[in-house]
Amino acid sequence: MEGPVRADAKVCSEGGTESSPRGPGCSLRHFACEQNLLSRPDGSASFLQAEKSRERLIRNTCEAVVLGALHPRTSITVVLQVVSDAGSLLACCLNAACMALVDAGVPMRALFCGVTCALDSDGTLVLDPTVKQEKEARAVLTFALDSVERKLLMSTTKGLYSDAELQQCLAAAQAASQHVFRFYRESLQRRYSKS
Amino acid sequence: MAAGFKTVEPMEYYRRFLKENCRPDGRELGEFRTTTVNIGSISTADGSALVKLGNTTVVCGVKAEFAAPPSDAPDKGYVVPNVDLPPLCSSRFRSGPPGEEAQVASQFIADVIENSQIIQKEDLCISSGKLAWVLYCDLICLDYDGNILDACTFALLAALKNVQLPEVTINEDTALAEVNLKKKSYLSIRTHPVATSFAVFDDTLLIVDPTGEEEHLATGTLTIVMDEEGRLCCLHKPGGSGLTGAKLQDCMSRAVTRHKEVKKLMDEVINSMKPK
Repeated sequence: MEGPVRADAKVCSEGGTESSPRGPGCSLRHFACEQNLLSRPDGSASFLQAEKSRERLIRNTCEAVVLGALHPRTSITVVLQVVSDAGSLLACCLNAACMALVDAGVPMRALFCGVTCALDSDGTLVLDPTVKQEKEARAVLTFALDSVERKLLMSTTKGLYSDAELQQCLAAAQAASQHVFRFYRESLQRRYSKS
Repeated sequence: MAAGFKTVEPMEYYRRFLKENCRPDGRELGEFRTTTVNIGSISTADGSALVKLGNTTVVCGVKAEFAAPPSDAPDKGYVVPNVDLPPLCSSRFRSGPPGEEAQVASQFIADVIENSQIIQKEDLCISSGKLAWVLYCDLICLDYDGNILDACTFALLAALKNVQLPEVTINEDTALAEVNLKKKSYLSIRTHPVATSFAVFDDTLLIVDPTGEEEHLATGTLTIVMDEEGRLCCLHKPGGSGLTGAKLQDCMSRAVTRHKEVKKLMDEVINSMKPK
């Protein structure tokens, strides 16, 4: 029985919502493809699926807050480029998307922010985990909360956890979102007071 | 007259029903459609199941093949799910590469398998570093009438329970794998994840098991995947209207009862298949 045949190719690409830490200022992505005698390669398919899934989460969250009815026949494109990933990537993408929409002057019914919680094996809650903390965690939960009533707009989770832990993480995320909204307000104030 | 009103003002038409706490097809807000499951009907697959949730029909076929284990995990096999939404199930899908809905559903099923640890990947290893099983789980929707995620999760679980893998021994002299098709054993299923989907209407009302029309009119959706010990494998809420913590709690309790219903149904079907 032959072993797998490896085919590697370095592809230069820009854009996209996933980055690999291959070095500063470098947008080269490494693609690897394993081809067995019998099975079809799975790596690239699951890579694209994860991107599409994240895109849909961000898009649906934006659609829930943007007042689309005020601008019919309008297309709003949000382009997110990952500069560096040090953990809590999806939450950071959500925050960036919200600030960009505010910057563009798109009418919204509320602001939203993303918060990530990680639960490790003995149940300790860590907010805004780093890449290492996320890898070692038993469960990672990402929430998007709105600014008006701190309601849950979007949630995506990885790993196993109990109902009580979910409520705990949600409460912690709601408390943390206050800091994020305060940061939005302060940075906008700074921007408009300069000009 | 009612049909005309429904076409012109679908949202108002629905609100009239929701005010009376029921839905156009006669169900209550917390009631699921009739669920039927048929296990083991596809003889060419190693495991199969057909699930019908009202009109929504999903068939899952599992095929096992050999592969070399990944180099970073030499004692693990693979479970590769794929959800296919062909044009025959609904007019909204076109033929060609998988659309966004199919990709999101495939990613959801892959996450459920990963998070719930339904199968220990170590169980799929035959010879560390050399040979392992790869289970291709193909989920094909035959009729799309909403709530595809619940149907897919149930079909996957039932099909995996039905999978029988033959015994494989590595012949030391020739280093070839020898398959004994006469001796088959079932997979060891560790947990039973069951999905419960909700649709949010007008930012306040939550209804369970939305049909295709209801999904279209809804302002948000929520899917909870729970295992038998009440642990959550997945809380999938892709945007949409906001939910308070209290509403989430109601959803959790509904998910717990749904899990019991589904487990009971599946155990009945599997037990009825036992004397062969």
